[in-house]
Amino acid sequence: MTLPLLLLAISIITFMLLNFAPGDAAEITLRRQNGGITPSREAVAELRQELGLNDSLPVRYGRWVSNAVRGDLGESYRSGGSIATELFRRLPATLLLAATALALAVATGIPLGVMAAVKRGTWVDTACRLLALVGAAVPSYVLAPALMLLFAVYLDWLPAIGYGSPKTLILPAVALSFGTMAQLMRLTRASLLEVLGHDYMRTARAKGLSDSVVVWRHGLKNALLPVVTVLGTSMGYLLGGAVIIETIFGWPGIGQFVVTGISQRDYPVVQGFVLYVAILFSLVNLAVDFTYRWLDPKIHFGGTFN
Amino acid sequence: MAERSTERRKSIKKPEVGILQLRSVTLNTLRAMRRDPGSFLGFAIVAVVILAALLAPLLPLDDPTELDLKRKLLSPSTEHLLGTDHLGRDELSRLVFGARTTLLMSAASLVIIMTMASVVGGLSGYYGGWVDSGMMLVVDLLLAFPALILGVAVAGILGPSLINVMIAVSVVWWASHARVIRGMVLSARRREYVEAARAIGASDTRIVVFHISRNIVGPFVVLATLDMGWIILGIAGLSFLGLGAQPPTPEWGAMLNTSRSYMQTSPLLLLAPGVAIFLLVLGFNLLGDGIRDLLDPTTYR
Repeated sequence: MTLPLLLLAISIITFMLLNFAPGDAAEITLRRQNGGITPSREAVAELRQELGLNDSLPVRYGRWVSNAVRGDLGESYRSGGSIATELFRRLPATLLLAATALALAVATGIPLGVMAAVKRGTWVDTACRLLALVGAAVPSYVLAPALMLLFAVYLDWLPAIGYGSPKTLILPAVALSFGTMAQLMRLTRASLLEVLGHDYMRTARAKGLSDSVVVWRHGLKNALLPVVTVLGTSMGYLLGGAVIIETIFGWPGIGQFVVTGISQRDYPVVQGFVLYVAILFSLVNLAVDFTYRWLDPKIHFGGTFN
Repeated sequence: MAERSTERRKSIKKPEVGILQLRSVTLNTLRAMRRDPGSFLGFAIVAVVILAALLAPLLPLDDPTELDLKRKLLSPSTEHLLGTDHLGRDELSRLVFGARTTLLMSAASLVIIMTMASVVGGLSGYYGGWVDSGMMLVVDLLLAFPALILGVAVAGILGPSLINVMIAVSVVWWASHARVIRGMVLSARRREYVEAARAIGASDTRIVVFHISRNIVGPFVVLATLDMGWIILGIAGLSFLGLGAQPPTPEWGAMLNTSRSYMQTSPLLLLAPGVAIFLLVLGFNLLGDGIRDLLDPTTYR
């Protein structure tokens, strides 16, 4: 699906989300301004008219989209502050966490997968297979408190919560990356094993290249394609996982913002957050598509082979 | 001559389909599983948890919701094998009753997910054309969102409750399966047995229900079993965020969340539900892998 169409669809679904939410925006806004006192019916009706809440669905959607494009995602029901500003302020923290976790997963998962494939059938392979099984079954919200217990409470090596120094990044990033690391490892192993059986690998060996050059240069480059495919999905998974991890570690990112928003029934915050992340996710996937083209010259977009 | 024809008739005799055959298939599956320790372990874990969940009211356990602040945060003892939580409830009892919540919710979500995926995927794959394009457009839209983000948003907007978490998980999860099932139906539709069925005048419904579905049931079962792990993780994760089970209902994700505050003094409260989630998900994953290998001998191991 092309990006404009995708963005259109994302915006429609996100807009509909708030439409399903209980409560009347005008009444909630007035209640906040009056300090919690239930506003009169006339005042609510007046504000509804003013905010254009009585307009038809397409009209309201059009207005919402044109505001969103200009960077206005509305105001928080609770604080009255601009949601876009708050999301933008918190985005770097989330990106730092998710990107570190992705880097960690790539930096450990791919080499481990290569090792498991090269040493197939040995204890290294078995250990990696066990790690993959554990990685798929331990969610971040189980791993995070466990790591906190071990490294912050018992060993006292790392801070349990906080934000700012590199030390505070370690535990959240490790907890977030573990599942993705295991997935990348399993995928790299399977993909490389398939590649290792090809003729060109034998040719490379026959030319007298060393084992490491054969595996890392000739083998891995060809084996990476399926791995790159899942990186986009992994980033989506990590952004989702960040919601939970940020809550556990008190990390001031957009995930923590949305969880607070949910507990306070602050629906515009939830809506703005979903829009933000979905757009981010489609941009990442777009980047992955371009990486493909670079990795595999056989892939051509637009259909024709030359 | 006569002998040969009876012999031939015997050899093409329709195989007996019924309870007996189903039982022998199940027995064969279990027998084959014993040769594969991984999937047998998975089967054992899942069986133990299901049994514990079913028998929970009959087991000698305390009421999982009975408060008694006089005995809060007790260490493990013979009376309370895993100690008590911050409200003085027996942790083991909450764990066992929590298995009921988790299994029931996950199974219900699985049924919803597989039903939606089968209907949409089946119609799409069988009829093709604009039905297919329209339905797959919806599927693509849903897949444009990261699953957990959309799940959090749907559950957050609907409000915290077990039912809403089930709805959220189902809404998010059915789309990718609809795609897989569509692919399976699409390839099955072109097979000769479908053509043959149509030639003898079978209706579309009959072909889909009696012919195609029977031929894709294997991959379908694998998909469903491997999915249980993900669904359990999703539901427990949303409950962890406070969106699912509400107090005093025992649920593993929610237990994990509340016990974080007592991490330093009662780490067992944190480890017990964590290990329970891990083991159950591991069990379903191993079982799913095992069934897949059984049904598809060409799968790379």
